[in-house]
Amino acid sequence: MARPKNIKGKVWVIAGKDGLLVHDIDTDQIFHNSHLAVTDIEKMGQYAFGNLKGWEGFPEKVGKSDIIVVGKNFGCGSSRQQAVDCFRSLGVSAVVAISFGAIYKRNAVNSGLAILAIPSMEVKPPLQSGDEIELDLESGNVTDLTRKVVIQGNSASKVELDIYEAGGLFAYGRTLKT
Amino acid sequence: MGNTVIEKIIKNHTSDEVAPGKVVWMDLDLRSARDFGGANVVKNFEREYAGSSVGDRSKTFFTFDCVVPAKNVPYANNQQICRDFAEVQGIRVFDVDMGIGTHVLMEQGLVLPGLIVVGTDSHMNILGAVGAFGQGMGDQDIAFAFKTGKVWFEVPETVKVEVNGSYSPPSSAKDLILAVLNVLKTERALGKCIEFYGETIEELPLSGRITVASMATEMGAIAAFIPPGKEVLQFCGERSGKKKLTVMNADEDVSYADELAIDVEDLKPQISLPGRPDNVKPVDELAGTKVTSVFFGSCTNGRFDDFQTAANILKDNRVAAGVMAKAVPATKEVYGEMLKTGVLKILFEAGVIVSNPGCGGCASGQIGMTGAGEIQISTSNRNFAGKQGAGETYLASAATAAATAIKGQITNPLEFV
Repeated sequence: MARPKNIKGKVWVIAGKDGLLVHDIDTDQIFHNSHLAVTDIEKMGQYAFGNLKGWEGFPEKVGKSDIIVVGKNFGCGSSRQQAVDCFRSLGVSAVVAISFGAIYKRNAVNSGLAILAIPSMEVKPPLQSGDEIELDLESGNVTDLTRKVVIQGNSASKVELDIYEAGGLFAYGRTLKT
Repeated sequence: MGNTVIEKIIKNHTSDEVAPGKVVWMDLDLRSARDFGGANVVKNFEREYAGSSVGDRSKTFFTFDCVVPAKNVPYANNQQICRDFAEVQGIRVFDVDMGIGTHVLMEQGLVLPGLIVVGTDSHMNILGAVGAFGQGMGDQDIAFAFKTGKVWFEVPETVKVEVNGSYSPPSSAKDLILAVLNVLKTERALGKCIEFYGETIEELPLSGRITVASMATEMGAIAAFIPPGKEVLQFCGERSGKKKLTVMNADEDVSYADELAIDVEDLKPQISLPGRPDNVKPVDELAGTKVTSVFFGSCTNGRFDDFQTAANILKDNRVAAGVMAKAVPATKEVYGEMLKTGVLKILFEAGVIVSNPGCGGCASGQIGMTGAGEIQISTSNRNFAGKQGAGETYLASAATAAATAIKGQITNPLEFV
């Protein structure tokens, strides 16, 4: 059964002490290279944001179906899939960013983690940690249900939606006639 | 309207319509996995395609380069998982003695102009140095590529960067690309390809082209392309045994997403400040900053030319007391050349610790990690917090690193020329 293109969840705004979104969070801050030998997805969650100043305790605080909101160029750096899978491991349902690193974007799509880019989002975002938000992957709309604000993001491409709905690249691959 | 070179390369590998933003399925010429990511690729493959063969074993490789030879059991286990899989599948492994995968694939004559190559290394776009399309991908993409020989790809927009102007040693390709990175930052080329042109680029040797292409990753670019010149074509021809190589050019009426010209006339040595590769300043502004550690190597500056540059400066000099200087050749071939030419001896006598080939400290691998409070100058490509240890890392050229090693403080290499 296809997964829903509408996703609801509680927000974690990854901002600094100044309240501004953090940009260029690289894969070593998301999943440090000292844990690269980990291949078991269940064991990846505990290391999420383990090297991001001020967010080291994130895995203990985040709840199932929560949504992360970050700044520009999220996931730049390494091609490591663990930087995506650590969030899946924790049950995070989506990542919203101003923009994503190219490889990170691919890895998230292939892994079935919902992502949504909002290029127009301000560094001080109109939503706050704890808010309930809803993403519509098809239209790119992000609605802050707590504050009744709608922000327009990028809609997903057909292949991104197809892979997401199938549950990831491998599941999608089995539907192809090649 | 015409096509960029990148679009032309993609066109040659798909039957889908090729235009920026379109999603295509690309047929791959080569796909590789390494010791980081490799075990996950195998795990994904065995779970999803249990008992079946890889799509084309002659196009599929393992290249071990991060933790070589394995220094801990988890990495040793992961490498052995890859070797066992390779044996069953009949896939070639470039093992822990060979060096950095992207460099090995070029040295082996496997990567040629116009080919599309993917692997688990985010610096696969180094292959743009020989006019190939290289792209790093995650474990699932590569497992899928091992099986099907294809990947989905959103055709990126292309940025044209033209570099003109002449400069003299000790300034080098690294200083050039740091100067370009300082202009592009991580925004102008994010998610796009970069085609490099201009007389300064044309004159770069293969080692300099590798340095330039490797740093495209730090600009957030998908791939880099440098039109192959005479030296590159000769190298590829000799290594592959192919007499005729096809070289593609962009159409004249092509429209780029962004075009910029950068003048590097009289370029001075450049340096990236800790935390961000794109936070670039002239070395002179940082001169005098104390360092405790110096690293020569990585996929960006681990070629023979880089070690020779360092040796020319370190000859008859000593690494300053209290400084740990480390050198890691990119490949076994580079190491062999250092041995034959006496470069290794000069580095040894100057007090540099020389390791076997590989990535160095970039993936918590061999030598090159720093402790809290350490200040390192490195010829590698990334200095994100924690990437090369707990200390702070500056990025610079081999010449700047060598001069800095001698003085124990950040030094403009002009002092030693």
